[in-house]
Amino acid sequence: MKLVIVGCGRVGAALAEAFDNTGHEVIVIDLSTRAFDRLSPEFKGQAIRGDGTDEDVLRKAGAEGADVLLAFTEGDNRNVMATQVATERLAVDKTVAKINDPVRAAAYAELGIATVCRTTMLTDAVLAFLGLGPTGMPSVIAPVPHVHADQSESVAAPAGVPASSAPAHLHAESRRA
Amino acid sequence: MFVLVVGGGKVGYYLTKELIESGHEVVLMEKDRARAAQIVDELGSIVVPHDGCEGKYLGEAGSNRADIVAAVTGDDEDNLVICQMAKHHFDVPKTIARVNNPKNEELFRHLGVDEIISPTRMALGSIEQDIPVHELLHLAALDNELEIIEARLLADSPAVGRTPAELDIPEACSLSAVVRNGVVIPLRPDMVLQEGDKVIAIGRADCERLLHEQLIGGTEEMEPA
Repeated sequence: MKLVIVGCGRVGAALAEAFDNTGHEVIVIDLSTRAFDRLSPEFKGQAIRGDGTDEDVLRKAGAEGADVLLAFTEGDNRNVMATQVATERLAVDKTVAKINDPVRAAAYAELGIATVCRTTMLTDAVLAFLGLGPTGMPSVIAPVPHVHADQSESVAAPAGVPASSAPAHLHAESRRA
Repeated sequence: MFVLVVGGGKVGYYLTKELIESGHEVVLMEKDRARAAQIVDELGSIVVPHDGCEGKYLGEAGSNRADIVAAVTGDDEDNLVICQMAKHHFDVPKTIARVNNPKNEELFRHLGVDEIISPTRMALGSIEQDIPVHELLHLAALDNELEIIEARLLADSPAVGRTPAELDIPEACSLSAVVRNGVVIPLRPDMVLQEGDKVIAIGRADCERLLHEQLIGGTEEMEPA
């Protein structure tokens, strides 16, 4: 599999290493070359300095036709844009954007973008650790929000405000440290 | 008209000021508190001192009843997200984005932004008009990849001495007028073109090379190696 990872922070670097170790072709892109210090000397993939939201940079890095693009920079918007450039212009098959703003994450999931929301993920993890119920907001959202057939309330409710504190049906308890 | 402007830099500031002066209801979002306070001093309390990319604040600023959202921050990715959130999450009828990288113009349109303002493209356009290094000038970009182009005919151009009917103009193009000695003449199929004529054409950007060949002549550097 060919993977492009935009943003070589802790998560980006860890993902890059993991995929590299399991024999995948990995391209990591970051604005700063210092970020690549997080990669081990054994890393066999490519590390390219540049703006991962810039179509030309992504193309030059070899992102065109990649199987997966993971956008894990510090900026929600850069992540959103990188995944959309990859999908719309570079025929990348699967993309995931890290979006820390829960409202934005939910909105983009409705638009068909797979999102990971660290805010909700951490909040739920802490709540679960303390024996409290989760927020009810999904933290990992598949591109097409799958509505359970037996539940009429959907994840993709138009307003971002969870008026009814939805029952916990999403994986919070599985990620106890 | 209620306009929500996001980004209180120079563009956002003057845009807000002009809109207020022409009687519109305006709210400006600026995340830098010091800058926001400065604008409040000058324009009054129409500033929401928060990040317009944050869904919560975009909602609080009244985006769900805005007629227009104009995202004019200095960052393309922020402007894209603001417009997409406005359009798809808050059902704003019209969104406008400032774009710095000209490559992003088409992408943003494709992703649902209604209007694009591109300072880079505008500057590029006027530089190309001022320095006539090319015989083919881009006068304006229209919707859907259409452009208005001006072709200046040289003494040895193949179109000189011929009529538009005799030329092999690409299908997606239309020759519309000639500027001859400073006078605009609507182009008729039987009109003989002369050296020095400026032919105004409207067409798809990708027809440019064919149009160049037909009107001005082949180009040395454009042949693919």
